[in-house]
Amino acid sequence: MAADLSSAALAAAAAPVGAAPVLRTEDLGIRFGGLAALNGVNFAVARGEIRAVIGPNGAGKSTFFNCLTGVLRPSSGRILFNDDEITGLSPNRISRKGIARSYQITNILPNATTLENVRIAAQSRRHGWSLFTHHRAFRDIIEKAEAVLATVGLAAKADELAANLSHGEQRNLEIGIALATEPQLLCLDEPTAGMSAGETDDTIALVRRIARDLTILIVEHDMTVVMGLAHRITVLHYGAILAEGTPAEIQSNPRVLEVYLKT
Amino acid sequence: MTARRTRIFWMAFAVILALLIVMPFGLPEFWRRFLTEILIWGLLAMSSDILIGYTGMVSFGHSAFFGLGMYGAAAALLTTRPPSLWLALLYGLIAAATVAAFVAYFSTRLRDIYFAITTLIFSQIFYVIIFTWTDATGGENGLAFSRPALAIPGLFSLPFTTLTLYWFVLAVVTGSYLVLRRITRSPFGMVLQSIRENEARTRAIGYPVERYKIVAVMFSGLFAGLAGVLYAIQNRFAAPDFVFFVVSGEAVIYNIMGGVGTLVGPIVGAAAFLLLREGLSRLFPYLASVASQHGLALPGLAEFPYLIPLGIIFIAIVIFMPQGLLGFARRRLNE
Amino acid sequence: MLEEFLIQTINGIVVGMILALVASGLTLIFGIMDVVNFAHGELFMLGAYVGVVTLAGTGSFWLALLVATLVVAALGAAIHVTTLRPLLGRDPLNTILVTFGISLVLQNYALWQFGPVARKINEPFTGHFNLFYLEYPWYRLVIALLSAAIIAGLWLFLKYSTYGVWIRATTQDRLMAQAMGIPVPRLLTIVFAIGSGMAAASGVLFGPLVGVNHAMGLDWVLKAFIVVVVGGMGNLVGSIAASIFISLTESYASLWVSPSQAIIVSFVVLILTLLIRPTGLFVPTPK
Repeated sequence: MAADLSSAALAAAAAPVGAAPVLRTEDLGIRFGGLAALNGVNFAVARGEIRAVIGPNGAGKSTFFNCLTGVLRPSSGRILFNDDEITGLSPNRISRKGIARSYQITNILPNATTLENVRIAAQSRRHGWSLFTHHRAFRDIIEKAEAVLATVGLAAKADELAANLSHGEQRNLEIGIALATEPQLLCLDEPTAGMSAGETDDTIALVRRIARDLTILIVEHDMTVVMGLAHRITVLHYGAILAEGTPAEIQSNPRVLEVYLKT
Repeated sequence: MTARRTRIFWMAFAVILALLIVMPFGLPEFWRRFLTEILIWGLLAMSSDILIGYTGMVSFGHSAFFGLGMYGAAAALLTTRPPSLWLALLYGLIAAATVAAFVAYFSTRLRDIYFAITTLIFSQIFYVIIFTWTDATGGENGLAFSRPALAIPGLFSLPFTTLTLYWFVLAVVTGSYLVLRRITRSPFGMVLQSIRENEARTRAIGYPVERYKIVAVMFSGLFAGLAGVLYAIQNRFAAPDFVFFVVSGEAVIYNIMGGVGTLVGPIVGAAAFLLLREGLSRLFPYLASVASQHGLALPGLAEFPYLIPLGIIFIAIVIFMPQGLLGFARRRLNE
Repeated sequence: MLEEFLIQTINGIVVGMILALVASGLTLIFGIMDVVNFAHGELFMLGAYVGVVTLAGTGSFWLALLVATLVVAALGAAIHVTTLRPLLGRDPLNTILVTFGISLVLQNYALWQFGPVARKINEPFTGHFNLFYLEYPWYRLVIALLSAAIIAGLWLFLKYSTYGVWIRATTQDRLMAQAMGIPVPRLLTIVFAIGSGMAAASGVLFGPLVGVNHAMGLDWVLKAFIVVVVGGMGNLVGSIAASIFISLTESYASLWVSPSQAIIVSFVVLILTLLIRPTGLFVPTPK
């Protein structure tokens, strides 16, 4: 298995070099009281790249995602998406710009069906203010939702209540909800958290499938996932970028090994 | 809903509607008026269900919308000759919608408990304004006016009887139910339910949640105001008591007793509550007279306030039937 | 004009201290238990009635104060155990509804038991001093001092006593507190009882200033909520500051408008607070 992953990694490592960064931050910082959770982060990811963001607990990975998606307002610095300033915008406006996110702790609508979870996300771009037509009448949205469910492998569970899905299925639904908003940049926050080995492999294959048309940022703790998927890796430590590079470079970086990878 | 369930629903709807249409024939005057009141309060409770049951926002502001609808109708009925039903509706709805927009703007920025408290405070603000602005609103005594006729100017004019007024109110409430049912199943309605289930995620997938909440409050206020107009027409007076926040609380009680998130639940809840109230208020004097016939003097029994057992029943429902409460009667969103 | 201003200042402070006593109970309950106690005004009202009854029976104001506090505290404990403990762990909005129901029950009970005519509690001592052109009763100043004393007592209790420390631990991290063996449900009942007792005490203290009747709780519950939100939920010092602030603004407003309209001022303060600084005007560092 490991061999498969690393060869796939080599193949995937044909990352677009010199492509314009779809997202970059300039000196991004955020403070909570006296604590700087992020400090002087200059980050850039190219279109079509799969970038993993790793680091020990408390390094600022989720905070970084929260800043990108508008949940937190940075104390300093700027975030630019397609050269458009998005610093401090509200989450719904950032979503409309083309950034979507899945969550570390499953954040679905448990009392809705799997299909509805995705349908409502798909609807956010069109027909959201329609008042007097039944939602089922909008076939385009439903077909879009069904397509997304097929992509994440949940087509068979479309009418199942989301709360009844297995943990792994719910994690994939997370990704599906984000996908349904037609993003350019997809931020996956520990997508394989709590998954079995088999489920993890399925998710890796899923991410590879969808990566063809997207730029992906992925926060992960599972190193096999990271090494197998990422074109490049950014290592965060105490809110700052410790190192950046290809998986091979990171694996052999002494500072990273010291701080994080206990291989 | 599957095609089969849809058929069943509409059949049940038709049966119940037919029952409601013929029910007053067998009833004395008092009960005809009572049924009309049930429908009006049911409409108020249904309007509050939009917020509580579908959007997850507990509001205590409905007395303001109801009251403004009532006073708006009063304004129309007191200032135009002959008093016009349609103007009363128009003025009342505009007044209620304006107040709803105002309240919505300020209170929807706030979450949960703060939202509830703010809507309550707004009810009280309007109460104080109406209570003290005696010149315009009649202050404590309210306003009295005559009931308009069911009329289309130039075509016909039919003064309301208790029976025809009942049917008019039934038509309005049924129509409101159908409209609200449509709205809650529309894409807009599905967004409201998504907000109820997971507000943060709804925002994260691109919905401007605050705007949806404002529109929800406005719809809710509109139908509450409609209930107020109907009440004014039925009872021919407007009083500040109806703007007091306790009325909002009662609407919430009917809503919860009947089942939130169901639209019909609130109407059933209003019926149950009002019937229970009527029954209990007759029960205690009856028990007292029975007791004294048997030589047992139970002072105070006759005046025992029916609101005590009613309040206890309500508390019991909140504690023991949580599925009817903010946990929602219906689990599936696809309706 | 200056004289009226100063008189209203003193009035504002006096009423503010009583409001602070009521509000501290409410903010204690909210801050520690996440319970919005709609019935707080009724506990205030029942305290006043128990005071009336005890005073009629024993002739002693101070005994009435003590008995009212204890009786209503016990009532509060009973209410908590029967209706609020089952709601632990549920959406806090449930508690608003339950306490609203309780307030209806208590209000109607009082109406039935005592009738609609207002009762009076007589001051424990009469006696005035000359404040400008008024004869200002000593009693009013004593109330303010007493309220301050009770609140100070509460603060000391929370800071230094065993139970107080446990209560503060529970506020910070309920799960951890339970894991450490702190009897959380019992503690919450005690907190509710304390809050109820404080409301009752305010009722007795305030009794001589107005008539005691079954509806007196309604005004106070609204004002107390405004204070709690403006002062910061769960912030004791904040509620005191907010109580005084709001009472003062209302007292000054009553120089120009009627008292029933003056209450709009407090409403406006609340709305502004919620818009500008929702965590509370008197909270030191906004989050």
